[in-house]
Amino acid sequence: MAAPMLRWVGRGRLWTFARVDGGSCHRREAPTGSTSNWIRGQSSVAQQPLYTTQKPRKGEHKWAAVVGLEIHAQISSNSKLFSGSQVRFSAPPNSLVSFFDASLPGTLPVLNRRCVEAAVMTGLALNCHINKKSLFDRKHYFYADLPAGYQITQQRLPIAVNGSLTYGVYAGKKQSQVIPKTVRIKQIQLEQDSGKSLHDDLRSQTLIDLNRAEGQLRVDANISVHHPGEPLGVRTEVKNLNSIRFLAKAIDYEIQRQINELENGGEILNETRSFHYQLGCTMSMRDKEGKQDYRFMPEPNLPPLVLYDATSLPAGADPQQVINIDQIRETLPELPSVTRERLVQQYGMLLEHSFTLLNEVGLLEFFQNVIKETRAEPKKVTSWVLNTFLGYLKQQNLAVSESPVTPSALAELLDLLDSRTISSAAAKEVFEELWKREGKTPGQIVSEKQLELMEDRGALEQLCHSMMEAHPQVVMDLKKGNPRAINKLIGLVRKATQSRADPAMIKEILEKKLSS
Amino acid sequence: MWSRLVWLGLRAPLGGRQGFTSKADPQGSGRITAQVIEHLERLALVDFGSCEAVARLEKAIAFADRLRAVDTDGVEPMESVLEDRCLYLRSDNVVEGNCADELLQNSHRVVEEYFVAPPGNISLPKLDEQEPFPHS
Repeated sequence: MAAPMLRWVGRGRLWTFARVDGGSCHRREAPTGSTSNWIRGQSSVAQQPLYTTQKPRKGEHKWAAVVGLEIHAQISSNSKLFSGSQVRFSAPPNSLVSFFDASLPGTLPVLNRRCVEAAVMTGLALNCHINKKSLFDRKHYFYADLPAGYQITQQRLPIAVNGSLTYGVYAGKKQSQVIPKTVRIKQIQLEQDSGKSLHDDLRSQTLIDLNRAEGQLRVDANISVHHPGEPLGVRTEVKNLNSIRFLAKAIDYEIQRQINELENGGEILNETRSFHYQLGCTMSMRDKEGKQDYRFMPEPNLPPLVLYDATSLPAGADPQQVINIDQIRETLPELPSVTRERLVQQYGMLLEHSFTLLNEVGLLEFFQNVIKETRAEPKKVTSWVLNTFLGYLKQQNLAVSESPVTPSALAELLDLLDSRTISSAAAKEVFEELWKREGKTPGQIVSEKQLELMEDRGALEQLCHSMMEAHPQVVMDLKKGNPRAINKLIGLVRKATQSRADPAMIKEILEKKLSS
Repeated sequence: MWSRLVWLGLRAPLGGRQGFTSKADPQGSGRITAQVIEHLERLALVDFGSCEAVARLEKAIAFADRLRAVDTDGVEPMESVLEDRCLYLRSDNVVEGNCADELLQNSHRVVEEYFVAPPGNISLPKLDEQEPFPHS
């Protein structure tokens, strides 16, 4: 019963803010500060006056939607949050269950140190204030997969509060531009997970497995709508969402459903709804018992959780029994937003490039290894890694770790390009060869296929001359003033040289010949 | 049950939820409405079968309400009688589990290695119609 869970809550309060106006929808981040400040800020922006009639006509009022996400993430630990049973996937049912997990009378929760460290680390990574004292509570409800009849959670005073997370939204034409956004994290709390229920409708029974290590990231969305300047509307909770895409769909649907309902004079019930994937709509899960009353009470078996920092650490304390926030902060790796900033500053890449590099597992490391070994400019490396290399990976659905091209190979190829030994087109050819995994180095491929750039200007000039003689029509077009005809000539010469000549040089020679 | 009711009353000002007496009767005569009884029965799965039981409940709440006579303005509520104790932190080692056979012996019905439970939550009116599921 005590598989450890971290719950990030942004419930009920303004956190992300979406404005729906005649069908168009864009999301704006909420500024930090209290709810009422934000609403006041909004009304000064809204151009339309608010009507005072009882029944607003459709589309005349602007609506604002408020969305909060509850994210359940399983902590990576060996044992559970409150018991010493193992945390493992795909174990036989009920094999990872201790007496406490089965809620046998007389058993007590014992807090796992690693889970507290994980919670503190998460709080620090999300810029939260870590509460030096946090409390555990019981949340009561009856369900067969919750044998104790309550879940131990941190409702009153959780371990971390008031954080934020920056992320990027792809926008603009071709969705290639990244707009940085910030979202508020209301709180982070430690809590138990419930068991797993398998519903057997045929035999009218439910099978219960109390192992609880599923390793999923689960998200519930809380959604309400209101008119700017007025109090927040009644919220609904949408559960059963397990992908970002469906999360977005469900939220969009629910916002529209609530607006339609209210504009038609209906009311929104504070209920739980589930998202129906096939129909693309939310449906009420409410049972006839009415609103859940969780009867929160302090967990009587657990004292407050006290955390320390370098200044408050008691002298001579057992290091096993104290948690030092500052010490944990030092173990944090470089956070993504810092890495992205560093990449932009150090290599002059665009923000969206930094996002792409970090979003693909192993890509940043690959990129940095190429940079280390090549003389080529960082911008060239960025372009080759993000366009060519990543393009090939995506086309064949490969992970970076499965790439047939090593960082050293790409570095060697870029060196050849940088030293003008080969042309850019030839480099692409070499890359394609490298991808075939035949074990040849770029240098070998270049010499085998004779892709070296033509050094001999004289020979090139002669080739241009013969091309011009062979295609008098094109030369005529050019002389008449058609600028695009030169590209045809360049193309012909390039083909004749088997891409071994630098197109810029060809163009220069041709232009010189034409003008003479 | 006693301690739970007492706790609910005390938490009223903090949680913003009303104590049951104030909800039922603002004058404080201590009567509990049928609606409140039904709500409590659903939440706690207890059966206030008789008038005497309801009367006892009202007396219990009145008894607990005497706490309100104490002036607690500016006093930090006690969260736990354990507040001076240290919360013991366990090392992240696997030391228990692996006793499915023993645990499953406690179950009335078992299918392979799963505990068997009735489907979903049974709503109270239907409980009369079926054989009650043995629960503690």
